[in-house]
Amino acid sequence: MERFLQVVVDGIADGSIYGALALALVLIFRSTGIVNFAQGEMAMFATFVAWGLHDGGRPLWLALVAAFAFAFLGGMAIERLLIRPVEGAGTLTLVIVTLGLFILVNAAAGWIWGFTNRGFPSIFPSGVARLGGVELSVESLGIIAVLLAVVALLGLLFQRTKLGLAMRAAALNPDSSRLVGIRVGRMLMLGWGLAALLGALAGVLVAPRLFLDVNLMGGVLVYAFAGAALGGFDSPLGAVVGSWIIGVTENLAGTYVGAVGADLKVLVPLAVIFVVLLVRPSGLFGSPEVTRV
Amino acid sequence: MSLPRKVARDQDQGIPEGDQVGRDGRARPFLRIDAGSRRHRTLRGLALLAAVLIAAGIPFNSDRVVNGQLTLVLVYAVAALGLNLLVGYSGQISLGHGAFFAIGAYTAAILIVRAHVPYPLTVPAAALLTFALGFAFGVPALRLRGLYLALVTLALAIATTPLIKRFEGLTGGVQGMSVPQPTVPGWLPVDPDQFLYLLVLSVAVPMFLLAANLTRGGLGRALVSIRDNERAATTMGVDRARVKSRVFAWSAAYAGVAGALFTLTLGFVAPESFNLALSFTFLAAIVIGGLGTVGGALLGALFIEFVPQYAERVNQALTGVIYGATLIAVIYLMPGGIAGLLRSVRRRLVEVAEPPPAGGEPTGGAVLEAGATSPGGGRRPAV
Repeated sequence: MERFLQVVVDGIADGSIYGALALALVLIFRSTGIVNFAQGEMAMFATFVAWGLHDGGRPLWLALVAAFAFAFLGGMAIERLLIRPVEGAGTLTLVIVTLGLFILVNAAAGWIWGFTNRGFPSIFPSGVARLGGVELSVESLGIIAVLLAVVALLGLLFQRTKLGLAMRAAALNPDSSRLVGIRVGRMLMLGWGLAALLGALAGVLVAPRLFLDVNLMGGVLVYAFAGAALGGFDSPLGAVVGSWIIGVTENLAGTYVGAVGADLKVLVPLAVIFVVLLVRPSGLFGSPEVTRV
Repeated sequence: MSLPRKVARDQDQGIPEGDQVGRDGRARPFLRIDAGSRRHRTLRGLALLAAVLIAAGIPFNSDRVVNGQLTLVLVYAVAALGLNLLVGYSGQISLGHGAFFAIGAYTAAILIVRAHVPYPLTVPAAALLTFALGFAFGVPALRLRGLYLALVTLALAIATTPLIKRFEGLTGGVQGMSVPQPTVPGWLPVDPDQFLYLLVLSVAVPMFLLAANLTRGGLGRALVSIRDNERAATTMGVDRARVKSRVFAWSAAYAGVAGALFTLTLGFVAPESFNLALSFTFLAAIVIGGLGTVGGALLGALFIEFVPQYAERVNQALTGVIYGATLIAVIYLMPGGIAGLLRSVRRRLVEVAEPPPAGGEPTGGAVLEAGATSPGGGRRPAV
């Protein structure tokens, strides 16, 4: 039983990391209708920035703040320079551009930092906390707490501030928003910046659990896709809940289902994506796609 | 180098291509031919014959290393062609064609090593198996549009390598499998590298001709009409489900054949060869070569074979940088890819004019380029 609870908590912690990246995907999808395939690679790049600063002797907190700022500005720059020119183009065009970005960022990171594994320090102390007689890792609990805080902050931003209202309006109806004086382009840039920031957060949370290398986020991206698909690509709440379900399922299957094991764990989210998209393409919390003829 | 371009020019004619609308006000071409006239067909046949002869002559004038590279170019070209049928013509996005390529490759390897099947039979076997699997995958994929299909196929691409490793008894696991390569028959006075090249060429040429015919015929028109406006296409009587699942199957079969040829060419298969990067590379090939063109597959294959050869000498990461930057640049600067660029050059030299419709109202001397017709090809009713 104790083992089971540990696996579940670890699963929720993993799911929280996927959730941060899934939130980034959802944020961009809601405002621009793009699934950003490069989201994970952008996050990996920002994580390397943090690693580089820390490795160069800066304190961890400073390295993290600098990496987050870098991610935020980088996300805005990518929206402005690469995405804006193809805004409103067909799905194929957008997928190719973000895939191109995926390959480009991945290779650039390899060029700058090499292709070897790096250890990345955790922001949480190692060790275990005893909760109701069950030993749980402090790191896992910390990750879950961070994600909950992020969700709360995002909720505040979008529900309680004028800026958040403007961002929602720009996503929902760009033309009307322009008419009431909202700078839609700026809101989209801001959305991409926030998404990149969330991605970077996922990166620095997951890097200590794996090893930091250029393919750090490949797996995480698939899990985040699965979480977002399960929860509904246009629902932030769904993205988080979906990612939790994915994280827990993956960990349980990896631990208890012998045929799955550690090597085929990656098939769990794939199966989930496949089944969800076939049975209920809008996901658990998403709204079905309606097209006006 | 004259070979690929000739093939490209020749086979691209008559393929409706949304982005490639003929430009007004261009200089008078050197040559003007009526489409479908005897002269047109003769020239086209001669160009094709010349291209095939030149292609067949290449391995006798280059060294073994180059022949090996060119053989791989042909292999990749067949795979890219299949992907282009799907992505370029029908507009469905697959990021997972490396998976079908892998299935074809392992089908050939397992048949040869474990069942001792003679190698010429492995190519059709791989084609049949991947056709069936592609069909089985294409039917549920019908429900998935655009992005979602991209996600599911991405999942397929990621699952390939771990799955191959898992079925160790069959696939040889991480170590991979050594496969005896085809031996040169005694009556043929050629070296092994030349033989392999000619063997792959003898499969690739019919595959290209088949694709040219598929895309020019009813299926091709139906595909393009679905890509450009699915609703209008269905209204006009195009059976969306049938056409889409069929093209998925064809496309998978092309990848499967290419995979089998890959095994025969290299004589070795290993799980790491079929990673996500392979699927991305195929997609890069068709975007850079030219989406929705038959010749673009060959041009793209040249790109993905030779760019890494030179880039890796500078830096291991340079290939990725070039691929990524080129993908984005092509989308912004020349959506038709290299084939599109070559086609516009060709149009300056040779103009293929549609003859005025017999018995119809005169079109006022307007020259209708095949590429400039409506997406539905001839299906558009006269307005």
